[in-house]
Amino acid sequence: MDAIFNRYRSYRSLIVLVVVIVVQVLYLAYQVRTGRDERLIRVWAVSAVTPMAGIVEATRHNTIGFLKDYFLLLDVREQNRQLKRDNDQLRLENVFYRNQLTTAEHAHALTMFQTKSPSRTVAARVIGDSTVSTAKAVFIDRGSTSNIEKGMAVVTPDGIVGKVAAVYPLVSQVLLVTDSTFKVGVESQKGHVHGSLNCGLGHCVVEQIQNEEDIANGEWFFTSGEDRIFPKGFPVGTVVSAQPGNGMKDVRLNLSGAPGGTEEVLVVLEGVHQTIPTNAVPEEKIAKPLPVPPSDKENGGALPGTFQTEADKLKQKYQQLGKAQEHVYGALYSNLPNFNAKPAPKPLVAADPDAPSKTTPNPNPPAKPAPVLGAPVNKAAPNTPKAPAVKQPRPPSPKPVLPLGSPRPKRPMEGPVSTPPSASPQQ
Amino acid sequence: MNESSDHLLRSRRSSESLFSRFQVVGLVVLTLIAVISKFYLPRLIPSAVWLEVPLLLTIYFGLMRPDPVPALLFGAFVGIAEDSLSPANLPIGMYGITKTLVGYFAASVSQRFNVDNSLIRLILCFFFYFFHAFFYWVMRRALLQQLVPFDPRETLLHGLFNIAVALPLYLVLDRMKVSQEA
Repeated sequence: MDAIFNRYRSYRSLIVLVVVIVVQVLYLAYQVRTGRDERLIRVWAVSAVTPMAGIVEATRHNTIGFLKDYFLLLDVREQNRQLKRDNDQLRLENVFYRNQLTTAEHAHALTMFQTKSPSRTVAARVIGDSTVSTAKAVFIDRGSTSNIEKGMAVVTPDGIVGKVAAVYPLVSQVLLVTDSTFKVGVESQKGHVHGSLNCGLGHCVVEQIQNEEDIANGEWFFTSGEDRIFPKGFPVGTVVSAQPGNGMKDVRLNLSGAPGGTEEVLVVLEGVHQTIPTNAVPEEKIAKPLPVPPSDKENGGALPGTFQTEADKLKQKYQQLGKAQEHVYGALYSNLPNFNAKPAPKPLVAADPDAPSKTTPNPNPPAKPAPVLGAPVNKAAPNTPKAPAVKQPRPPSPKPVLPLGSPRPKRPMEGPVSTPPSASPQQ
Repeated sequence: MNESSDHLLRSRRSSESLFSRFQVVGLVVLTLIAVISKFYLPRLIPSAVWLEVPLLLTIYFGLMRPDPVPALLFGAFVGIAEDSLSPANLPIGMYGITKTLVGYFAASVSQRFNVDNSLIRLILCFFFYFFHAFFYWVMRRALLQQLVPFDPRETLLHGLFNIAVALPLYLVLDRMKVSQEA
């Protein structure tokens, strides 16, 4: 008996190893044979991991862009101490607006696509990757509570992404089209040649196309709907190369979407087949390009109103001040300009129509403010040569003195004096 | 067996216990962190998709524990935790089997050699990474009939990347062990 126990002790680890391996192999064989997915273990694991990942992803998404640009602002502040406070404030505002604009643009594009597409979709955000490095799958923050079901197609406005492989209450797993086990039925735009997209080889190829078929470089491929996952008519990608092969043509495709790198996707709840466009190339971007900006000549020179941001306006203002006070930025021994001075208003230039449009240097010393500084802009009589601006006394400014670059009330029709009621009698 | 080979042999105290150093809660937390890092880190750093923190953890506990049974059980636990977050077309047990073997072999090696040396640890780490990747590929091919590409050169490069991460990770884990012993 002791001999048996001693022998068991010497082989104990090996026996345990064999038992553990055999149990796992049998369990694996059971899953493969029955085709059953062990939901219980997966649900536990996903429920334990995804909330933390979701919180981390949301925090990262909302803060990282802001922090990045804030550290950029620190560099700008070092470059110019005199303007740092104004620049910081303006650029922080710009960062805020830019982040809002980026988010809004992406959301707007998805919304546009949702309204444009006949298929019913729901937007979702990618919150994590799969744990298998060789398998291409991601987790999205929508689950069965959002009516998502296994096998639904996942797309972006640019192209296809994958299909829902597993659904949990609050998250879903999406198998990407770049996974080696995933194939998509595709159809070419011109010749309507059908094939099967396979991206498991490190690059995407369209298989099952005969050598006799005519496929041109740059031609678009769309989903054919034959895989019963993607509705017909979704853009897939363009042909990079089409070479004759052994029996079948070797057609390589460049995917129009970015399945691995996308952050927001649309899950197709109810797919509707569409016709493949025959002539027009599908739009790559929803947003329309801006119209051609008016030339400077049409505007009579560079006006502050033509600039896009507050920072641009401020820069233009300082350039005008520097030019008026003969200050050369970046030059040694150049006198310090008075940045608190205001640039010469338009009526002064308009008073002399023969004068060149280019601002002449101000002979006054820089510290001395221009005589017309702070004078109300009299829109009613801009061309009257009388009322030289030099004789106008500077009206007391009843408004609180705002720091440079702080947002001004955008009411161009009102003069600065007309705003407070106490200043009206002086006019 | 001569003196030099005796010098290489490990003589560990039988009283050393894995669970006396790293409590069960600590092990579960570390496993969770490792799995989450694999789940989420590629979203931040795309190249981190090749980082195998769960494997590095399994190797470490295998090397630090001369008894193979806890090591292989820990490997099975970590592997199944990874499997449960794998794509639904991959059945549970693929990583479990692979990491069970890695844990067992790592503990077996630590029975025969002194693995306190960092260089030996890193070499073993590199070897086990390649073994892990290759065995997983074989299993997918043989058991699931999935034709997944395997590039040995790329795998070796990823192994180097992983041992670069293993070096500071093992130092931190060593410090945790020392602090718990104290």
